Amino acid sequence: MDTLRFITCGSVDDGKSTLIGRLLYETKLIFEDQLEALKEDSKKFGTQGERLDFALLVDGLQAEREQGITIDVAYRFFATPKRRFIVADTPGHEQYARNMATGASTAQAAVLLIDARKGVLTQTKRHSRIVSMLGIRQVALAVNKMDLVDWSQPIFDEIELAYRCFAQDLGFDTITAIPVSALEGHTIVDPGYAAMPWYEGSTLLDWLETVPSIQHETALPFAMPVQWVNRPNLDFRGFSGRIASGSVKLDDSIRISPSGVTSAVKEIITYEASQEVATAGQSITLVLEDEVDASRGDVIASVAHPIECADQFEADLLWMSEHALLPGRPYAVLIHSKSASVTITHIKHRLDINTGMHLAAKTLGLNEIAVVNLSFDRPVPFAPFSENKRLGAFIVIDKLTNETVGAGLIRFALRRAVNVHWQALDVTKSARAKIKHQEACCLWFTGLSGSGKSTIANLLEKRLHGDGKHTYILDGDNVRHGLNRDLGFTEADRVENIRRVAEVAKLLVDAGLIVIVAFISPFRAERQMARGLFSPGEFIEVFVDTPLDECERRDAKGLYAKARRGELKNFTGIDSIYEPPQSPEIHLRTVDMKPESCVDQVIRLVNKRSGTA
Amino acid sequence: MSKGVYSDLESESIEIIREVAATAAKPVMLYSIGKDSSVMLRLAQKAFFPGPIPFPLMHIDTGWKFREMIAFRDRAAREVGFKLLTYTNPRGVAERIGPITHGSAYHTDVMKTEALKQALDLHGFDVAFGGARRDEEKSRAKERIFSFRAPGHRWEPKAQRPELWNLYNTRIHPGESIRVFPLSNWTEADIWQYIRRENIPIVPLYFASMRPVVKRYEQWIMVDDHRLPLEPGEKPQMRMVRFRTLGCYPLTAGIESSATTLDQIVAETLGATTSERQGRIIDHDGAGSMERKKQEGYF
Ligand SMILES: Nc1nc2c(ncn2[C@@H]2O[C@H](COP(=O)(O)OP(=O)(O)O)[C@@H](O)[C@H]2O)c(=O)[nH]1
Repeated sequence: MDTLRFITCGSVDDGKSTLIGRLLYETKLIFEDQLEALKEDSKKFGTQGERLDFALLVDGLQAEREQGITIDVAYRFFATPKRRFIVADTPGHEQYARNMATGASTAQAAVLLIDARKGVLTQTKRHSRIVSMLGIRQVALAVNKMDLVDWSQPIFDEIELAYRCFAQDLGFDTITAIPVSALEGHTIVDPGYAAMPWYEGSTLLDWLETVPSIQHETALPFAMPVQWVNRPNLDFRGFSGRIASGSVKLDDSIRISPSGVTSAVKEIITYEASQEVATAGQSITLVLEDEVDASRGDVIASVAHPIECADQFEADLLWMSEHALLPGRPYAVLIHSKSASVTITHIKHRLDINTGMHLAAKTLGLNEIAVVNLSFDRPVPFAPFSENKRLGAFIVIDKLTNETVGAGLIRFALRRAVNVHWQALDVTKSARAKIKHQEACCLWFTGLSGSGKSTIANLLEKRLHGDGKHTYILDGDNVRHGLNRDLGFTEADRVENIRRVAEVAKLLVDAGLIVIVAFISPFRAERQMARGLFSPGEFIEVFVDTPLDECERRDAKGLYAKARRGELKNFTGIDSIYEPPQSPEIHLRTVDMKPESCVDQVIRLVNKRSGTA
Repeated sequence: MSKGVYSDLESESIEIIREVAATAAKPVMLYSIGKDSSVMLRLAQKAFFPGPIPFPLMHIDTGWKFREMIAFRDRAAREVGFKLLTYTNPRGVAERIGPITHGSAYHTDVMKTEALKQALDLHGFDVAFGGARRDEEKSRAKERIFSFRAPGHRWEPKAQRPELWNLYNTRIHPGESIRVFPLSNWTEADIWQYIRRENIPIVPLYFASMRPVVKRYEQWIMVDDHRLPLEPGEKPQMRMVRFRTLGCYPLTAGIESSATTLDQIVAETLGATTSERQGRIIDHDGAGSMERKKQEGYF
């Protein structure tokens, strides 16, 4: 029996929970003891007086019952003789829209609820866009609470028309509008209600039982990401994974991406017996003819249709965190079985959820959708989401909090990585440094404004220069006059500021210089990103640790006073945070140290590196 | 479904189990000896075949399991060849904590919830598989497949990570952990049909048989050993009963049934009018009791 996974969504109080409770009840999926508990709960929490409140069957969390709302996506199960169903009951509240995306991502169809009295709302549009973006193509529009509008055909027709107009560009294959009353149970399971003689269409359950559930992935060429390499002993090497598309049979020729190595299928292993063929959706283990290498995140595909690799993409992105997306910041990313690091290089436009208009944006906030350009730190095998969901979907993870902050769908690869090859140069970094009798490195000073970064950095450069070293200082204020003149002090601009400086520092280190960077650089993530640009040991983080009140007492440039008066916005330490380093290479506590002794401490490390001390 | 071809449901679970093996530092599979654990065990065998299961299974022994369950557990470990760990809360043993003397809630707290946390901390497991299904209980219906736990094993139902597609975020900080539920999308009927299709061994208590029982709170409690004190005038009687779910023995009630084969059990399950949790005395503590237990670290 096949399974249909569908989601229900709509605004708060449109009646989703009631509708699902009704479906479970009518398909006899509610047990007697649950019905008993429901009767009790209906008396205690119910909103329906003496009637059963079906919503209480599905509002599972205590907090939900107390607030009378659905917070998190709940999964429900029922079956009819025709099909097995998994329902993702998704919440309507705006702040929980990310949970709706969770439910939509695995669904094949959507039931959108509309309150007949209210018509198409902002939430309906928002949810429709998320549903559309996540690739759902079959939609039922359940116009609920028809009992409260006297079963009026004009009202129903008007809502259907309004929705069809709105949904024109959303790419749905079918939209089926059905007038229902979840509370009284009309046109959900039983067809033809006397008060609505004008409606002769299908019931909601009819629709659910007949809407196509096939996955077009089966018709595509074979591809399977390697999820796990099965190597129990030296004599066996199998590649385990779930087939993303197509089918594979014994002796088929395959190609592995990104290595490009080819081989043939020797065995398809499952528990009972080896198989002749396996198809999309199945978890299997492949044994290949040749002793080839493949690791987690590689993709095995039909030799005639190898999977492409790229590191720059255009993608749709849904942001799911209260912390804004910052272009330029490195995030962790997971695409099929491949982990990598990604930065959003450019937000092409943000989508206005109500009008579908394209808006300019520098960052993205919670629940916002945008089209972005992304840059991975390495080429990854992929396919556009519209062709192959499993090879085109990815999640974005904050590297520090480990929260899942974004969900993305690849549109296509930007061919930039292929066209802009790294120029391989004959004179190397170490050759350039050697001729200067030094080891190139980047001394990265971070600390609050007024902590003493520039003072110490200056003294340090003088000393190094005196010792015959070749140095260069990148100072925050100076760089802001030129290279970064176009950037302000918002979180997004601060990230871009650091990204550019880190890249410049990297070029200068490549030139063989000892580079001193003196930037507040308040966020750990960007300092981490800067560190990642350098070879191990080349990046030396120097924490100029001066307490805020001391900096404010010094206030050499009068900035703290200004910030306190509210004349300077986003000032670090006042209304913008500073994240101190957790394990800097050098920790300078300036309160009980003279600048000269601070410099001594840095010099000692520099000398140790070049082996002259 | 032809033999050997994995269904979608099965494939999804296998994918989940492999994902943990591929990403966790030190995973463990919680093994409760029940039917769901038996299915989960079979799926783990399939996930890594022809290799062995690359992590241990752990049983939190409350000291009040039916005797047949313990015998079955040890036999399964021998026959399947997995590494079995067992753990019992030493405080509970020292203080002689039991469901009859201390009440079901306190017993469960100490011998299951607290014991589980102790065992996970003792071994330093970062990921633990559990056999829970979403159709079992309302707060489970809302739980992610990869369910993140803050330090101290706390579940924050309002701060669950979004879980999209089959992309599971397994990144955690030291001290945090993840509970993983490969059977999330299975129903009780799926479990029984699968056990039948695959011929998976299960504890004989699931099959109806004449057993000594007493009637309490309108339910049949089995007299498994001398530790169940009989009320004045109460006399064990022999009845045809079986269990839909197996917990600690005085806390799990049997149902009258004549189903002695898997076919009969499947038929009975499909026609059942009460939920399997009805036989679990712990759930009757009140609405939200499971959610509270889970927040505190219960599976
Ligand atoms: N009159 C009427 N009320 C309904 C109908 N469906 C739901 N309701 C009521 O609308 C309110 C919100 O329903 P609920 O299912 O909790 O909405 P949810 O927030 O979308 O899950 C409850 O008081 C329901 O009883 C309907 O068809 N007719």
